[in-house]
Amino acid sequence: MSAASLAHAGAAEAHATSTGLNSRKMLFWAFLGSECMFFGSLISTYLVYRGRDATGPHPHEVLNIPFTSVSAFVLLMSSLTMVLALAAVQRGNNRGARIWLAATALLGMTFIAGQCFEFTEFFYDGLKLQGNLFGCTFFVLTGFHGTHVTVGVIWLWTLFGMAMRNRLPRERSLDVEIAGLYWHFVDVVWIAIFTLIYLIQ
Amino acid sequence: MSESTEPHAHSKEHGHPGAKEYLAIATILTVLTAIEVAVFYIPSMKPMLVPTLLTLSAVKFALVAMFYMHLKFDHRLFSWLFVVPMLLAAAVILALLKLFGHW
Repeated sequence: MSAASLAHAGAAEAHATSTGLNSRKMLFWAFLGSECMFFGSLISTYLVYRGRDATGPHPHEVLNIPFTSVSAFVLLMSSLTMVLALAAVQRGNNRGARIWLAATALLGMTFIAGQCFEFTEFFYDGLKLQGNLFGCTFFVLTGFHGTHVTVGVIWLWTLFGMAMRNRLPRERSLDVEIAGLYWHFVDVVWIAIFTLIYLIQ
Repeated sequence: MSESTEPHAHSKEHGHPGAKEYLAIATILTVLTAIEVAVFYIPSMKPMLVPTLLTLSAVKFALVAMFYMHLKFDHRLFSWLFVVPMLLAAAVILALLKLFGHW
């Protein structure tokens, strides 16, 4: 990356704001706040209709707790690799950034693969989107979460590509920090889903 | 709020923990997840299952938000932008559960 473009990237982050805080970061936190409301509505819909099905399959008949516990662990560890990626970028360690970004993306892909497997198993167990209230609310909630993880994985691979071309210097650490905020948010949503949907049946 | 330049704010926002702290948090999160799953399978824990799981989940949520999302170290305004909608979402969930007769 040229010195001119690096200086441009640094200047773009160093603009003055009335709060003294970075506008992109502030906007992203506001977006995450709206995402809280979005997932809150999906979780409340699931909880409101829980246990009101006349026909099965019911949660205790299909949910595989050991398998989902491993998935939850994978997503938690991806949060660790994400903060390590950010720390590497902030130190100007491009090699470390590449390794940890790739590790985070791969862990995210592992989680999505697990969710695809789980959905397929549920389908063969008779749980369908149109089948009953449990199927409808469960697939919509976990499907939207999976979509968020997928978007996060694409974002991470994009950052990885930038790091591979040395376009992720220390001055652009905010790009990784914002991607990290999104990724950790996806993780905390799963913490809530894992408890409310899987463990409290 | 007083006017300040971005570099100053940037330095205020970047007192982030190091790799050791991140690893320690990951270890705690792993242990808490293991406890959650163990509690689910222990029959004698059934009466206390819901409050225990909700507490463990809230602790995990707070640890990720505070240390990995850096809310503990960043400007308080970011915390407000996140926590207020989250509390609103929690209130909506509780109101709907009450409205639909879940307790």
